[in-house]
Amino acid sequence: MTAEATIERVVTAATPFEDAFRALIEGDGAQAPAHIQSLRSAAFEAFRRLGFPTTKNEDWHFTSVAPIAEHDYLHITTQSGDVQRSALAPFLFGRSEWHTLVFVNGRYAPELSNTSGLPKGVTLLDLRRAWQEAPQLTEPLGRLTRHDDRAFSALNTAFMHDGAVLHVDRDVEVDMPIHLLFVTDAVAAKSMMHPRNLIVVGRHAKATVIESYVSLSDAVYFTNAVTEVSVAEGATLHHYKMQREGMRAFHVGTIEARQARDSHYISFSLSTGGSLTRTNIYTTLAGEGCGATLNGLYMLDGEQHCDHQTLIAHVQPNCFSRELYKGVLDGQSHGVFNGKVYVDPIAQKTDGKQTNNTLLLSDKAQIDTKPQLEIFADDVKCTHGATVGRLDEQALFYMKSRGVSRALARELLTYAFAADVLETIEQPSVREELERMTLRRFMTVADDR
Amino acid sequence: MSSSIESLITKEYAAGFVTDVESDTLPPGLSEDVVRAISEKKEEPEWMLEWRLKAFRRWQSMPEPHWPNVKYEPIDYQGISYYSAPKKKKSLTSLDEVDPEVLRTYERLGIPLNEQKMLSGVAVDAIFDSVSVGTTMREELTKVGVIFMSLGEAVREYPELVRKYLGSVVPYSDNFFAALNSAVFSDGSFVYVPKGVRCPMELSTYFRINAADTGQFERTLVVADEGAYVSYLEGCTAPKRSTNQLHAAVVELVALPGATVKYSTVQNWYAGDKEGRGGIYNFVTKRGKAFANSKISWTQVETGSAITWKYPSVILQGDNSVGEFYSVAVVNNRQQADTGTKMIHIGKNTRSNIVSKGISAGEGNNSYRGRVQVLPKASGARNYTQCDSMLVGNRCGAHTFPYIEVANNTAIVEHEASTSKIGEDQIFYLKQRGLSAEQAVSMIVSGFCKEVFKELPMEFALEAQQLLGITLEGSVG
Repeated sequence: MTAEATIERVVTAATPFEDAFRALIEGDGAQAPAHIQSLRSAAFEAFRRLGFPTTKNEDWHFTSVAPIAEHDYLHITTQSGDVQRSALAPFLFGRSEWHTLVFVNGRYAPELSNTSGLPKGVTLLDLRRAWQEAPQLTEPLGRLTRHDDRAFSALNTAFMHDGAVLHVDRDVEVDMPIHLLFVTDAVAAKSMMHPRNLIVVGRHAKATVIESYVSLSDAVYFTNAVTEVSVAEGATLHHYKMQREGMRAFHVGTIEARQARDSHYISFSLSTGGSLTRTNIYTTLAGEGCGATLNGLYMLDGEQHCDHQTLIAHVQPNCFSRELYKGVLDGQSHGVFNGKVYVDPIAQKTDGKQTNNTLLLSDKAQIDTKPQLEIFADDVKCTHGATVGRLDEQALFYMKSRGVSRALARELLTYAFAADVLETIEQPSVREELERMTLRRFMTVADDR
Repeated sequence: MSSSIESLITKEYAAGFVTDVESDTLPPGLSEDVVRAISEKKEEPEWMLEWRLKAFRRWQSMPEPHWPNVKYEPIDYQGISYYSAPKKKKSLTSLDEVDPEVLRTYERLGIPLNEQKMLSGVAVDAIFDSVSVGTTMREELTKVGVIFMSLGEAVREYPELVRKYLGSVVPYSDNFFAALNSAVFSDGSFVYVPKGVRCPMELSTYFRINAADTGQFERTLVVADEGAYVSYLEGCTAPKRSTNQLHAAVVELVALPGATVKYSTVQNWYAGDKEGRGGIYNFVTKRGKAFANSKISWTQVETGSAITWKYPSVILQGDNSVGEFYSVAVVNNRQQADTGTKMIHIGKNTRSNIVSKGISAGEGNNSYRGRVQVLPKASGARNYTQCDSMLVGNRCGAHTFPYIEVANNTAIVEHEASTSKIGEDQIFYLKQRGLSAEQAVSMIVSGFCKEVFKELPMEFALEAQQLLGITLEGSVG
C-alpha cells in the first residue's frame, strides 16, 4: 500500500466520524459540562488535523492502523446489548464481591455493577453521573494526558461520553480491588467505543484497580480507551489492564499516569485478545523518591498483531523504575514492543531497569522490539535488555533425560517462561486466574494424560 | 564533578592547520554540468559518467532525510564546491612528483608517505581534498596480485572489476547522501585481493580536507575474492574552519565466499569549536555484503566531526557469514553523534556481534541506533549486542535506539545496554595512587573502551587512545 493510498482512505474514513461527532455534541453529549464540550471540540479539531498515524510515524513504525481506518463505525450512545450477570462470571477472577463497574458496549450498565460497601472516602461513579453529582472530581480530565499529537487520544477525547471516575481520599486504603469491566456482545458489531476513565488516588492512599476489556462475541468492533491516573504524594496504586477482547476486535488503549513525590505506581498489562491491538502505558515520575513498575505479558496466536508502547519519564531525582515485558508468539502473530526510559538532566540518581523477552513458538511468528534509553543526567544507573529466541534446547534435553516427553517439556518451559512475569502480580486472585489461564493455554499434553 | 574534570576535556585540535597549496577547484554549485566536468577531469569512460548522471537525477528527486537525533542548519548544496585537487597533478608515477607542501602536510599529521611507512609495512593511499595524491608500497602489493590504487585510476585500469562491484552494495539510489556521493565522488581507494591471497600488509587511506567551502565525497571499494583476507585502515583530518563542511562518503565492502574483510576507522575530522561553530558534517554510508562463510568486521573510533551520522552495516547474505561491529564514539562540547550499525541476517546460521561504547561529555549528544533484522529464512541466526554509555557531566546526553526485528523462531537475539558515570570513588582511588585526575579519567575511559581497542591494529590502537584522551581533555572537573 502506498502512502498516498493510505492518506486517501483515511480522508474518506474520517467522514463517518464527522457525522458521529455531530450526533454526539448535538444529542446526548450536550449534557456534559461546558469545559468538557469545548475540550471535545478542540480534540476533534486535533484529530481532523492529525488523521490516523501511518507507519512513517516513528511511534507507529511497526503497526499499520490501516485495518482500523478502513472500517466505518457506529457510535453507540445509549444502553444496548443483552448481557446477563452470569455471562460475566469468567471475567471476575472468581470474586463477584469486588466493587465493579460494568460497561456494556461502551455504556454504563448499573444493573450489572456492584458499588455497595465502598469504604468511606472512596467515590466510584460512571462519567455521566460524575458530571452531574460531583463535577469537581472530573476537573482533572484532559489535564493528565495530552492529545495534540496523538490521533487516538484525540479521537477518544472528542467522543468522551462514558467511563469510570474513581476518587480515593487521602489516607484511605481500599482493601478490595475495584474492577472496571468493559464488555461487548454481538450488538457491538461495527461500532466504536471510546471509554474515558479517571483515577485519582489521594495522599498516602492505597488502591488496586483492574481495567478489563472483554467480549462475548467475535464481532468486529473498535475500542479506543484512555485512562488518566493521578497518584498523589506517598500513595500507591496497583493498576491491572486485562485486554481480552474478541479475536476480531481492534483495541487501542492508553493509560497515562502522573506520580507525585514518594508515590508508587505498579502496572501490569495482559494482552491476549483482538486482531490488532495497541496498548500505551506512560508514567511520569514527577516527584522525588517515586517508584514505577511496568510489567506485562502478551500471548498471541493466529494472525494477531499486538503492540505495546511504554514510556517511563524520570523528571525528578532519586526515583527508580522496573519494567519487564514478556511475549509468547505462536501462529503467524506479530508482536511489537517499544519501551522508552527518559531521564531528565535533573533526574540524578535514577535507577532504571527494563527488560523485554520474547519467545517465538512458530516459524511464522514475528517480533519487532525497540527498548530505548534517552538519558540526559550523568549520575544514573540505567540498563535495558532484550532477547528473542525459542526454547532452550539444553533445558529441553535435560527434561527429556529425566523422562519428561519432549512435548510436555516444551509446554512446561513455555508456561514457565510466561509464569515468570505473572509471579510479579501482587493481587492473589488475579495472579492465580492468569496462571490458570496460561496453564490451560499451553498445557494441552498434560490434559490429555 | 569538579573543575579538574572540566579542565581535562579541552584540548586544541592538533590537525587544524591549513596547507597553502594551489588547488584546482570547481566553482561552488551542483548541476549536470558539474557532474560532467568532474567526470571529464577524471578522464572517465562513458559508463561511469552515465552512472553518475543517473545518480544525480535520482538525488534531485529525493528529499533530504531528517530522522536522526541530530540538529544542524540546513545545508546549501549549491554553496559547496564539488571538486578540489592540488594543482600540478600530472600523472603521478612516484611520490617525488607530489607537491612537497602536500607531503609536509601528511608529515605534520604523522603520516609520512615515504620510507618510514615502508619500514612499518603499511601501504598508504593518501587523499588530499578530493583526489588521491599517492599510494605507497604498490610494488610489494603487485607481487601478490593485490590491487590497491585510487578509485579514479582503477576506473581506467580495471574498468570491468570496478563496474562489477561499484554500487553492488550501496546502490546509487540507496539514500540521499549516497546518491549525492555517487553523482559527484571525486576519488577514493580501490582494493582487490585475489582468490586465496592474504594481503601481506595493512592497507591504509588517509583523508584530508584542506580547501575551504568544499565537500569531500570519496568512495571506497574493497573486494576480497574467495578465501582472501584484507585489513584496511582509514584515518581522517581537516583544518579548523568556522564554517561547516560536508563529508558524504560511501564505503562498500564485498567479502566473497570464505573471505575476511576487516575495516578500521579512526575518524578525527575537525569537530568545531566549543560553541559548536564549524566542524565537519560526517554523513557517511558504509556497508558490506558478506557471502557464504565470509566475515566482515567494522571497527570505528569516532572522536571528531561536529556531527557524525553513520551506520556501518553488514548484509549477511551467505550462509554461515559473520558480521562484527566494534565502536567507540566520543562527543564533547557541542558534538553530536548518531551512529550504530545494521546487521541484516539473510543466510542460515549467520552470526553478528555488536559492541558499542558511547562517551558523552560537555554538551555532546551521543546516540546509538542499531537494527538487527532476522529475515524469515535466516534459520539459526545469532546476534549479541552490547551498548554501553558513559556520561561525563550533566549537560550531555546518551541515547539508545535499538531496533530488533525477528521473523524466524530459530534465531537467538540478545541486546544489553547500560548507562553509567565515572564514579568519584574510582577517581579518588586512582588519585591516591598518584595519578592526576586527568590520567585517572583517561585510564577509566580506556578500560571502558578496551573491548573495542583490542580489535584495532596496533598503531591505530595507540593513536585511538591518544585521540580519546585529547577529545576528553577538559571534560573532567
